[in-house]
Amino acid sequence: MSGERTPVWAVVALPAAVGLLAYAVAVFDAVAVEGMRGRAFARPLRRAALLAVRQRRTTLAADRLLLGAGVAVLPAAALLAALVVPVGGVPVVASPVGIVWFNAAEVATWAAAWLVGWGPNAAFSLVGGYRFLAQGLAYELPHMFVLITVAVGAGSLDLTAVAAAQRHLWFAVQMPVAFALYLVSASALAFWGPFAHPLDGALGADLSGADRLLFLGGRCAMLAVAGAAAVPLFLGGGAGPLLPAPVWSLVKTLAVLAALVFAGARVPRLRMDRFLAAAWTVLIPVALLQLLVVAVTR
Amino acid sequence: MIPATVLFWALAVGAVAGGVAVFAVGSMARATFALLASFLCVGGELLVLDLDYLGVLVVLMMIMEMLVMAVFMVMFMMNPAGLMPMSMVHNRWGALGISGAVFAALAAGIVLTPWPHRAGRPPRDPTRALGLAIMGPKMPVMMGIGLAILATMIASVVLATRRGRYGDAE
Repeated sequence: MSGERTPVWAVVALPAAVGLLAYAVAVFDAVAVEGMRGRAFARPLRRAALLAVRQRRTTLAADRLLLGAGVAVLPAAALLAALVVPVGGVPVVASPVGIVWFNAAEVATWAAAWLVGWGPNAAFSLVGGYRFLAQGLAYELPHMFVLITVAVGAGSLDLTAVAAAQRHLWFAVQMPVAFALYLVSASALAFWGPFAHPLDGALGADLSGADRLLFLGGRCAMLAVAGAAAVPLFLGGGAGPLLPAPVWSLVKTLAVLAALVFAGARVPRLRMDRFLAAAWTVLIPVALLQLLVVAVTR
Repeated sequence: MIPATVLFWALAVGAVAGGVAVFAVGSMARATFALLASFLCVGGELLVLDLDYLGVLVVLMMIMEMLVMAVFMVMFMMNPAGLMPMSMVHNRWGALGISGAVFAALAAGIVLTPWPHRAGRPPRDPTRALGLAIMGPKMPVMMGIGLAILATMIASVVLATRRGRYGDAE
């Protein structure tokens, strides 16, 4: 991508930042599901370490190449999506089409889900992978319209410009429906909370050891990056009183992630077929109406 | 930073290698993703050429498109489970002749075309210029078509899912 040269430190800082945010998601999830008993901060680390050292179970005639690709795609997509997300007004790569790039990286979860479904050569995984494609389309379309709405409101596809366009009023206030839809569809694309069906004994059922760690960690990272992107998209970026911009970005990101994870843990799994019907017949038209309102009133 | 020329050639070789892999691998799933890798390299080429919007759009659309394609490619193949070795190559000699001829014609086109010299300079915002060039005078028509396509998609999905295997999908 064009734009300014990427500083060398970003190569280290970006994975570290995404990893820390993913860890925060895992901690929130541990607290939301199991409460504060014990050491909530240590539990995700303990689980990760256990998975990392455990030996892999293998399935008969698994496609190791595609399985490995699928497992790696999720964390890689989270990193690629994070490239264009500004923290305190400064992204690693200043792209004039950052919103589209972010969406392209998010859609890579489809590839991850299908590959992880196909790879083990096992029935339930395969069903989970195929199902997620049908679900993914219903999640992605409202998500895409929401991103288009934001771009129309800001008059730019550059996430930094989008944050700057909210000097007077946050987009979360200007287009509340789009904000709500963003949170729902972003959780769904990371199969989180009420949208976690793919993980219920299907996707990832045949993953073990380091594969499982990468897949589940990548899922946390995907949600973390989607939460971090909500800040420049809807919450005014790093703008705020007293504190410097990067701190505000971090505070807002953690607030969004906490809200997503705790709300996700309180809501039961939605019945998939009902949600898909609602996505096609309610969410997409509602997203289009919000787009119309923003386009007319802008 | 890696010079653009190196990136260009690396992606070009990657794109061709992905295309070759489609016909060399023994499973339809692998062929699908080899093709996707090839397309992603082409998207990367557009990014190297500073066509940001087109490049990112190719990446976005190709991921979505190839994942939907994967369903159909696997579904319509000879051994859908992919348990037996398969080959994407059919009619080997005829195909070689046709593809060789097409390649020669296209390559000759590159050499023989009197390419125009650049007039003017690249616009400040290529995305905007591209949008105006494609849709400028025909914006309402394009918007109408876009809505019609979307309405068709939604209508066909709604019609298709009215009755499922387990009764009505409410």
